[in-house]
Amino acid sequence: MIQVHGLVKSFGLKKVLRGIDLDVGEGEYLTLVGPNGAGKTTFVRILATLSRATSGQVRIGGMSVDEHPTDVRRRIGLVSHRTLLYDDLTAVENLQFYGRMYDVANLEARIEEVLKQVALYFRRHEPVRSYSRGMQQRLSIARAILHDPQVMLMDEPYTGLDQQATAMLREVLHTLAASGRSVIMTTHDLELGLEVADRVAILANGRLDYQSPARELDIQRFCQIYAEQVAE
Amino acid sequence: MSFLRKVGAVAWKDLRAEWRTREMFSAMFVFALLIVIIFNFALELRVENARALVPGILWVAFTFSGMLGLSRSFILEKDRGSLEGLLLCPVDRSAIYLGKMLSNMALMGIVEAFVLPITFVLFNLSFRAVPMLVVVVALGTLGFAGVGTLFSAMAVNTRAREVMLPLLLFPVAVPLLIAAVKLTAGVLDGLAMSEVSRWWQLLVGFDVIFLTLSLMTFDYVIEE
Amino acid sequence: MAERKDWWLPVLGGLAFVGILAGGYLALAYAPPAAGFVGGAELAQRIFYFHVPAAWTGFLAFFVTFVASIAYLWKGGRKWDIVAACSAEVGLFFTTMVVITGPIWAKPTWGVWWTWSDPKLVTAAILWLIYFAYVTLRRMVDDDARRARFSAVLGVIGFVDVPLVFGAARWWGESVAHPIVVSGGGFDVAPKMLTALMFNLAVFTVMYVVLLALRTRAERLSDAVQTLKGGE
Repeated sequence: MIQVHGLVKSFGLKKVLRGIDLDVGEGEYLTLVGPNGAGKTTFVRILATLSRATSGQVRIGGMSVDEHPTDVRRRIGLVSHRTLLYDDLTAVENLQFYGRMYDVANLEARIEEVLKQVALYFRRHEPVRSYSRGMQQRLSIARAILHDPQVMLMDEPYTGLDQQATAMLREVLHTLAASGRSVIMTTHDLELGLEVADRVAILANGRLDYQSPARELDIQRFCQIYAEQVAE
Repeated sequence: MSFLRKVGAVAWKDLRAEWRTREMFSAMFVFALLIVIIFNFALELRVENARALVPGILWVAFTFSGMLGLSRSFILEKDRGSLEGLLLCPVDRSAIYLGKMLSNMALMGIVEAFVLPITFVLFNLSFRAVPMLVVVVALGTLGFAGVGTLFSAMAVNTRAREVMLPLLLFPVAVPLLIAAVKLTAGVLDGLAMSEVSRWWQLLVGFDVIFLTLSLMTFDYVIEE
Repeated sequence: MAERKDWWLPVLGGLAFVGILAGGYLALAYAPPAAGFVGGAELAQRIFYFHVPAAWTGFLAFFVTFVASIAYLWKGGRKWDIVAACSAEVGLFFTTMVVITGPIWAKPTWGVWWTWSDPKLVTAAILWLIYFAYVTLRRMVDDDARRARFSAVLGVIGFVDVPLVFGAARWWGESVAHPIVVSGGGFDVAPKMLTALMFNLAVFTVMYVVLLALRTRAERLSDAVQTLKGGE
């Protein structure tokens, strides 16, 4: 579903990503971990067509992100630590806007469906600025799945959430994982990352040097390997 | 026609969000009004025929307050990160341009609709000129918002954002402003079409040329 | 280390230097004084021989920026960005000369330092502002690729604007009650004057080429230094 080959990204002279190779299959949930500044956000942004790679190939659903960005955008949903929502509009108005931009069919029914999925249906006519951070994040996920994308990209979705919100998010992510979508999630919380994933990978110093199926690891072993990778 | 629907969605979203707070509109309206009022009494004190200066005053008021709206429209998007939300959508970048331009035009238009009657009252002008004046103001606003939206998208990505927009926009908008002021004067003085036809040509020409150019180059400006 | 392909540069530079001296002589001594100008006014009128060539060169530089900007937008490539930016800087230099010599010439000729009735002066002033905006824009953008794209867009839009500015200024000047007409320069042009003018036109053009070459070379060297500094 997602194929990345030799991805390099430089900002001026600074090389942030130094040749990443990664394949994520259909329905697979990959967690990408790494220290701050390792390039996780840059990586996700390139996959999300918000940024251009300096060199290398990225294909999503068989299509190159450089040559067919619009088609790729139709198939992906992005949840980042910014909500991408309009504070002055209500949840419904936000989803109506995005729904129109994505040509979502049966928009009103679909809006109701996703709002119920993220447990925000009863607060749907309130402006987003009145939501807590956790609620905003859930609405952000609703926005991302509104057009039923085949690929979900999630950049540090747990940032700034309290216990209760984290628990709620965890549930939503489990549902997401079971839904058959391909997911790439970045996080620096190793435990949460390992729990829900099919596969984990470590991005350190701009390189992806370690990958493993999640079920072969327990959390202690993972933390150990992570410390080793990051130290290099 | 999905393209047009998306343009409408972008414009509608901006206007609806603005309607909730009316912050930008209030700032623009008050600013424009202040300019007109201050010129009104500053000139009454020294100048015999202050009325002759109304075209210039009006366009100073419209462009300065318009600049306020133009710069804030993209700055708000960028600071909240919602600009990326727009860029994620599977839509031609020109739809974003047109939607933003339309909402900027609409805001400027609403401010103008309030400021014009007040100006007429303050300067004792005849309301006979209004229909033609609306056309002139609309075409001038179209050109200004057209190039302004492009430059505003540029300015928001620079270091001195508030300063960059006027620096970029005003020199380029000079032909538009000259034509708009000349036409406004012509309409208020009741001149025949034939006497001011060249200014109509310039105004319309500017709009066509620069809207097309802005549409064509917006892609280069908005992408990372 | 000899830059063999730049051998023509010192030659041209030498020519320019000689040309400046010769052109100065032509302008200040060879050309007869304009009819009706005496004393200080006569000297001021001779500025005409620098003012007009500077204006021509400023416009030429902007044209080069325009073409290079289109080339950059169409094909990409740092070399077009360098040409566009350097030509704009050189053009700003010449246009500054125009805006300074204009009033020096205008005062004895028409009795005023500045008039908005002269379309050429107006266009020069606006051109100066657009150039200034271009140079400032470049200083205010940190990302290299973005800086190149933004300047290119401004380079195109600014240039297309210039004929419109000229037309508007000309019609405006004609509609004012007491237009100051500037067609021939306000005096009859004798053949010797034409010689001086044409010669200086050529000298200024050569100066432009030399300055552009020097500036672009400096820019390319700076790029090379940056690359070496960056390491990999």
